[in-house]
Amino acid sequence: MKEAYAGTLESGDIMIQIEPAETQGLTIELNSTVMYQFGEQIRNVITETLTDLGVTDALVKATDKGALDCTIRARVTAAAVRATGKDVWAD
Amino acid sequence: MNATLDRKDLIAAEAQKMGKAVFDENNLTKDATVKREAQKTSPKLATLEEAIRRSGLQDGMTISFHHHFRGGDRVVNLVVDKLAEMGFKNLSLAASSLQDVHAPLIEHIKSGVITSISTSGLRGKLADEISRGLMDVPVVFRSHGGRGSAIASGELHIDVAFIGASSSDPLGNACGFSRSENAKSICGSLGYALPDAQYADKVVILTDDLVPYPNTPNAISERNVDFVVEVESVGDSSKIASGAIRDTKNPRDILLAQQAAKVIVNSGYFNDGFSIQTGSGGASLAAVKYIRQSMIDKGIKASFALGGITAHMVKLHEEGLIDRLIDVQSFDRVAAESLMNDPKHKEVSANEYASADEPGSATHYLDIVILSALEVDTDFNVNVLVGSDGIIRGAIGGHPDTAADSALSIIVCPLLRGRIPCVVDKVTTLITPGKSVDVVVTEYGIAVNPARPEVAERLKKAGLKVVDIEWLKERAHKVIGQPAALPFGDKVVGVVMNRDGSVMDVIKNINA
Repeated sequence: MKEAYAGTLESGDIMIQIEPAETQGLTIELNSTVMYQFGEQIRNVITETLTDLGVTDALVKATDKGALDCTIRARVTAAAVRATGKDVWAD
Repeated sequence: MNATLDRKDLIAAEAQKMGKAVFDENNLTKDATVKREAQKTSPKLATLEEAIRRSGLQDGMTISFHHHFRGGDRVVNLVVDKLAEMGFKNLSLAASSLQDVHAPLIEHIKSGVITSISTSGLRGKLADEISRGLMDVPVVFRSHGGRGSAIASGELHIDVAFIGASSSDPLGNACGFSRSENAKSICGSLGYALPDAQYADKVVILTDDLVPYPNTPNAISERNVDFVVEVESVGDSSKIASGAIRDTKNPRDILLAQQAAKVIVNSGYFNDGFSIQTGSGGASLAAVKYIRQSMIDKGIKASFALGGITAHMVKLHEEGLIDRLIDVQSFDRVAAESLMNDPKHKEVSANEYASADEPGSATHYLDIVILSALEVDTDFNVNVLVGSDGIIRGAIGGHPDTAADSALSIIVCPLLRGRIPCVVDKVTTLITPGKSVDVVVTEYGIAVNPARPEVAERLKKAGLKVVDIEWLKERAHKVIGQPAALPFGDKVVGVVMNRDGSVMDVIKNINA
């Protein structure tokens, strides 16, 4: 795994940065404009998306500007594909 | 005195009966100075420090300000800095509204110079700190009409008003524009400062263009003014049309504005001689653009537009589509210049604009108002003051005044702002009661208050998508999920007054 990004800092988007983890499991550093209302939901979506893609150990830095779940899944997936080199859309 | 010598005793007798002195010619003086020169030593001219000292301001008193320069205001910070330097403490600040630019007040609150605030709204860092519990005394929030009423009734007593003006003569005839070639600023209407000028014990005009007497026509008359202070700048006019009153290019705002225009045209109130106001917020301001064509096509003209006057309104007025403009606040330079040059563009005080207890206030004769919202709930209650994150980020403005008095109030807001829903179960803070709100326009559909079935019928007949407000709320929830509750504390940081002077809601501190 290498460091990779996806997303922007535009309103309604989320910027996802994935790096190899120094520890086991997923570590998510989340910064969000809607932290108090949706922080847990955003973490859950990131975790589920990465788990489904088989990414179990990573450091994820997420800067959220109020993205919807579908956007979060898309950005996390794109960042994971770039980080792992495994194209989930290839087949 | 020879002229009255033979009646001297009679004069003395009558004077005694009336308890008056007998006229003494020796009390007369003659000032032969060229009067243009005499103006320069008007007893009202003072430095800011002199004016403050001579006003009799004491610790614990109330000072007031207007917000016609919005984000460009320089008067509040200038004066409060000076008051801090002079050692004043425990002052109450009664502003018509406060903006991002007033963040320096935070330090003056911490040091005890300012200990209570009343305003229409708060924004930026100051709002943020107050939301988290900066002040011991809750901020009192009033609508513009409510503030006018509170000042007129004496409930909000102002000891010294500090009024920024774009021109004033040495006697205090002042306005929000200047006709001189040295004009440095322009804000147009001084509507929110007029109750202060009328009712404050002492009135200090600060101006960045001191012009020769008589500065007419004027907004504030010299008879209400005690001191005139010349300053470098009262405000940056280029920052007036900023924030909530910028002209929108956002495609969603434009869609909402077009929908709102269709609601207006088909509401039953779009008749010759109608009156209209648009509140701040991109979509509501832009709606005017889209009713223009319908006015031309149907030969309908408005008797007046009220408010917050914008360049769009001025354009329609100049085209003959709106007969008169009634202006409590000029939202951009075009509006400010129109106010200066056009006698049919009338400047009004906050009371004449929107006070509930002023029978002649313009809102009482308003047909249609288009307003924005941070949140609308399923009972049609509206919040325009506190964000969905619990932090104060707006202003009441004339929202509840115009919604209550108009024949038809239309709220325009997107269903979602990012991940924040605008149609909710319960508003975070109650600003405009649902009973005053008739129509809610979103990009997903238009909800009509069940109390106005005739309006719903007309809109349906016109082919507009009329939906239940519950459906809108559900639609929002489906997209974003269920937001977690906000971490409010137990301290009251704000009190929301209804325009009738009753307490309507409180704002609690946010632990975030």
